[in-house]
Amino acid sequence: MEGSEEKMQEVILEARGINKSFHDPVTVQVLRDITFTVNKGEFVSVIGKSGCGKSTLLYILSTMDTDYTGELYIDAELMSGRPDPELARIRNEKIGFVFQFHYLLNEFTVLRNVMLPGLKLGRYSEQEVEHRAMERLKMLGIDHLAKQSAYRISGGEKQRVAIARALVNDPHIIMGDEPTGNLDKRNSDIVFNIFKELTEVHNQTLLIVTHDTEFAENSHRIIEMEDGRIIRQ
Amino acid sequence: MLLARWRQTLVAAVGVTFSIAMFITLLGFMNGLNDLLDGLILNRTPHVRLYNEIKPSENQPVNVSGQYKDSYNFISSVKAGISRQEIYNSGPILQAVKDDERVLGATPKLLAQVFYNEGTIEITGVINGVDVEEESRLFNFQDYVTSGNPIDAKNVANSIILGKALAEILVADIGDVVQVTTAQGERFPLKVVGYFQSGIQEIDKVQSYASIATTQKLLGKPANYMTDIQVKLYDLEQAPAVAREYAQLFQIDAEDIQTANAQFETGSSVRSLISYAVGITLLIVAGFGIFNILNMMIYEKMDSIAILKATGFSGRDVNLVFVVIAMSIGLFGGMLGLVFGFLFSLVIDNIPFNTSALPTITTYPVNYDPMYYFIGGVFSLVTTYFAGFFPARKASKVDPVEIIRGK
Repeated sequence: MEGSEEKMQEVILEARGINKSFHDPVTVQVLRDITFTVNKGEFVSVIGKSGCGKSTLLYILSTMDTDYTGELYIDAELMSGRPDPELARIRNEKIGFVFQFHYLLNEFTVLRNVMLPGLKLGRYSEQEVEHRAMERLKMLGIDHLAKQSAYRISGGEKQRVAIARALVNDPHIIMGDEPTGNLDKRNSDIVFNIFKELTEVHNQTLLIVTHDTEFAENSHRIIEMEDGRIIRQ
Repeated sequence: MLLARWRQTLVAAVGVTFSIAMFITLLGFMNGLNDLLDGLILNRTPHVRLYNEIKPSENQPVNVSGQYKDSYNFISSVKAGISRQEIYNSGPILQAVKDDERVLGATPKLLAQVFYNEGTIEITGVINGVDVEEESRLFNFQDYVTSGNPIDAKNVANSIILGKALAEILVADIGDVVQVTTAQGERFPLKVVGYFQSGIQEIDKVQSYASIATTQKLLGKPANYMTDIQVKLYDLEQAPAVAREYAQLFQIDAEDIQTANAQFETGSSVRSLISYAVGITLLIVAGFGIFNILNMMIYEKMDSIAILKATGFSGRDVNLVFVVIAMSIGLFGGMLGLVFGFLFSLVIDNIPFNTSALPTITTYPVNYDPMYYFIGGVFSLVTTYFAGFFPARKASKVDPVEIIRGK
C-alpha cells in the first residue's frame, strides 16, 4: 500500500476509509474502513468467504451503490457525492463490467450488445463503434457470432460477449463479480486466459471478485477480506 | 424491447386503435346526426325574422293621461288595438336589409290562413307565400319539394305546393286542382304543382307553399303586402345583435334564431358532450392497458434495465426509452385508429337510411370534421404519454445493484 506512491505508478482506483452499513432490518456494518489502491495494469482479485462484503465493496467501487461513507477516487477524481447522471456517464466511460450472469439483451444481436455502451458514449460514429466492437469480438475469438441473436449462443460464449462489451469503451478498469462463477472448468480457463492476456498484452486494469482460489492465485495481487475488513493485500 | 413483447404491444396498440377509431366514428356519427337534426330546423329557419306582432299597446291611454299620472292604474282585459299583421313600409325595409353587408339574403314571406275543401270537409291550413327562388337559395326550399318542380309555383299561375301529408288527406295528385277558402270567405281553386315534405309530419299536414303573388291574390292584398321578412346572415352568431338592431331601426318585432330554437342548441351540445365522454372513456381504458403492459414489461426487463444502468445509461435514458415505447404505441395505434375511424365513418355513411320523415336523406349522416381527427390524435398521444410516464419513472428508479446482486 505504502509502496504504491513510491513506484510513481498511475493510480486508477483509490478507496479511502470506506464504511457501509445495512440498516434493514437491523443495522449491520458490512464494510469497515476499507482503504486500498489499484494501479494501472494490475490484475487484482478480491477473495473472501460468502458474506464478507466483497461484492458490496465492488458495487461501491463501481459507483452504482452510493450509500456509503468514505472517499472513492477513480482516475484521481472524487466519485463520492456526485449526482446519478454524472456517475452513469463515468461508469459508461471509465468502467467495464463483467458479472456472474452475462446480462446480454436478448432482443439484440451479439454485435449490437457489444456496441451498446459505445453508442451511449457517443464518442465515435456508429460505424466506428461497430468496427471497434468487431475488433473486441475478434480479439476474444467470437467474431463469427457477431450477427447471432444474443440468446442463441452458449454460456461461455455469452460471458465472452459480456467481456467484449466491457471493453468496447476502453475503460480504465474492468470490474468483475464472480465472472467465472457460472462457467465450467474449460470456459473458466478461457475467461481467465482472456483476463490474463488483457492485463499482460493490453495493460488493462482488472478488479475481480471471486471465490475461486485457483483463479485468484493466478492473478497478480490478492485482496482477502473477512467480516468487512481487508485482512491481506 | 418492443420486439420482445410484440404480441402484448400489439394488443396495446390495438386498444388505442380501437378506442380512437370508435372515438372518431362516434363523434362523426353523432355530429352528423346533430347537423342533420339542426339542419332540419335551422337551415329552414331565418336567422332573423322581422314581423309585426299583434299585441296590445304598451302605452294604454289611462297611463298617458296627465290626470291619472300619480295613481296606480289597474287595467284588465286589455285588447290589442287596431293593428295590422302587415309590415309597414315593407319595400324600403327589405331593400335596407338586403343592402346590409352582414346579410346573405332576405326574402319576404306571407302567411295566409286557409281552409282546404275536401268535399264537405274543411281542413285548416296555412299557405306560405314565398319568393321561390330566394327561398331555394337561402333556405334550401328545393330540398324539401319531393315531387314536382318548385319553380312551377312561381311560373304557373294560381299554383300550390302541398304538404305531402296534406296531399294524402286531400287525395290530390300533381296536376289536380284543390279548392281553398280564405279566412275572408273567398273560395279559390289552386293547381297542385308539387309535394313538400319537411320531415316533420305535423308541419306537412298543415303547411303548403305558394308564390308570394298567388298568396297576395288569395288574400286580396296589394303587391307590397308581406307579413314577414326572413333574413339569413353570413354569421349565425350575429343574429341576436342584428335582431336587436333591426327592431330598433325599423320599429318592428325581430326574433333571432337562437331565441326561437334554443332547445336545438342544448340538444346538440348535450349529444356532443356524451360522445366526447364515451370517446375519452375508451381512451382512458386503452391508457390503462398500456400502463399494465409497460409495467409487466418493466418487471420482465429488470435485468436489461439493470445492465443498461450499469453500463452507463442514466435513469433519464431509461425513462426516455419507456416513454418512447408508450408514445410510439400511442402514435401508431392512434394513426391506425384515425384511419379505421375514417373507414368506419365511410361505412356508416353508406348504410342506407330511408325514412319518410327525412326525404333528402338516403344514408346515415356522418360529419368528417378534421377537428375530431385532430382531437383524437392529440388525445391518443396524451393518454399514452401518461400511461407510459409512471412505469417509465419506475423503471428509471430501478437500482441495478439490487438486481445484479439478487442473481
